Amino acid sequence: MPKPKLAIYWAASCGGCEIAILDLNEKVLEVEKAFDIVFWPVALDVKYADLEAMAPGSIDLCLFNGAIRSSENEHLARILRDRAKTLVAFGSCAHEGCIPALANTTTRDRILGIVYRETPSTVNADGTLPARISLLPEGEVELPELWDEVKALDQVVTVDYYVPGCPPQPHRIWEVVELVASGAPLPPKGSVIGAGQDTCCEECPRTREEKRIRRFVRPHEVIADPARCLLDQGLVCLGPATRSGCGALCPQAGMACRGCYGPPPGVQDQGAKMISALASVIDSTDEQEIGMILDQIPDPVGTFYRFSLAHSLLRRVRQ
Amino acid sequence: MTETRFEPRIVAFLCNWCAYSGADLAGVSRIPSSPCVRAIRVMCTGRIDPGFVLHAFASGADAVLLAGCHPGDCHYSEGNYKCLRRALALRRLLRAFGVEEDRVRLEWISASEAEKFAQVTREMEEAVRRLGPLRLNGGAGPTEGESKESGRAEA
Repeated sequence: MPKPKLAIYWAASCGGCEIAILDLNEKVLEVEKAFDIVFWPVALDVKYADLEAMAPGSIDLCLFNGAIRSSENEHLARILRDRAKTLVAFGSCAHEGCIPALANTTTRDRILGIVYRETPSTVNADGTLPARISLLPEGEVELPELWDEVKALDQVVTVDYYVPGCPPQPHRIWEVVELVASGAPLPPKGSVIGAGQDTCCEECPRTREEKRIRRFVRPHEVIADPARCLLDQGLVCLGPATRSGCGALCPQAGMACRGCYGPPPGVQDQGAKMISALASVIDSTDEQEIGMILDQIPDPVGTFYRFSLAHSLLRRVRQ
Repeated sequence: MTETRFEPRIVAFLCNWCAYSGADLAGVSRIPSSPCVRAIRVMCTGRIDPGFVLHAFASGADAVLLAGCHPGDCHYSEGNYKCLRRALALRRLLRAFGVEEDRVRLEWISASEAEKFAQVTREMEEAVRRLGPLRLNGGAGPTEGESKESGRAEA
């Protein structure tokens, strides 16, 4: 029997998901043994034309990382959806937008303006901006177009499964690979796989007390007690609003959870869940005082939707 | 499509013990309140997850009213304080999302304050008519499917 075919693609992403796959270490060889890797631009010399030539449904599993923010990203998402039997939104960007989706706090024109015109180190006397089509002496050259809104993969094509994480933890990736390679029945479509069923707090070894917060602090302002819950210490830890699965890596290293595993089961909007949890534990009933405590969180959208803005209910900041 | 008059949609989460009874009394007493209000009865304002409010906005609400018992009067002793803290956090979040402050209002309305309920809803309707529809996600610039031939460079 021929080996099942595997494709791995990156859209708007940083490459961290690919590194997470390499972090399987020697098990990467097992992946190669179990699958015939037919498309993986970061590791194989393949062209888009090769992919386009493949028959619909001819790829058994596609791990798609990266958000969708350009015409190229979207084109590849549609091609891979068609060619793959099982399409997995792999990693936080494909799952819910992740860091690239913070672009939804502003506009494409503003981003291009800052990057190509306004930064002090930019020299661009002609004010050139990337254009879809440019005429050069050699002929017409084309660039993908940048969208105004960054989207998660499932906002462009139908997604079969989600593997959360920025990046997904290698042992979790291995679980997913083993599951698919084993040929065992897969969970219902639309499931989050390679993650837990409760919140990050359940995996966190820190001691929790009755929470009564009177002051929020930022990580550089305190040296956190190594044993006590970070939220109890006033650090904005997204653990209560984040799905388990990573093993609470960040809190164990003294850094508050930033929420990369996305909302826990049954929660649609991670930021709303987090402000719900936070507001419940503020130790005040005085409107002015509560306001002063809340004002110690400088960037609510960036803090509570650092990874999930594209998937959030409001999706983007109004302009 | 013909131009239709903007009819604001105001979703009101009303606590069972105070604000909902107040709204009921307003109706029974024939005190005119805003017809734009869609009331949702909750057992306590402490039950109102901020996600409900965002969900209302994402589903087409132009404004959301949260109303419950006066401080100290909560049927469950302190649910309304939870709501107060959540509403203040939500207000900061919505401000950061570019949603105008007048679109969310928190009011303490007792079961006997029918006039107050009616007045609050009328004020909200007026405020929302001034602001216009919320139009979430209606930003400028191309999104997928509508890029076509934009951005052609001048050679």
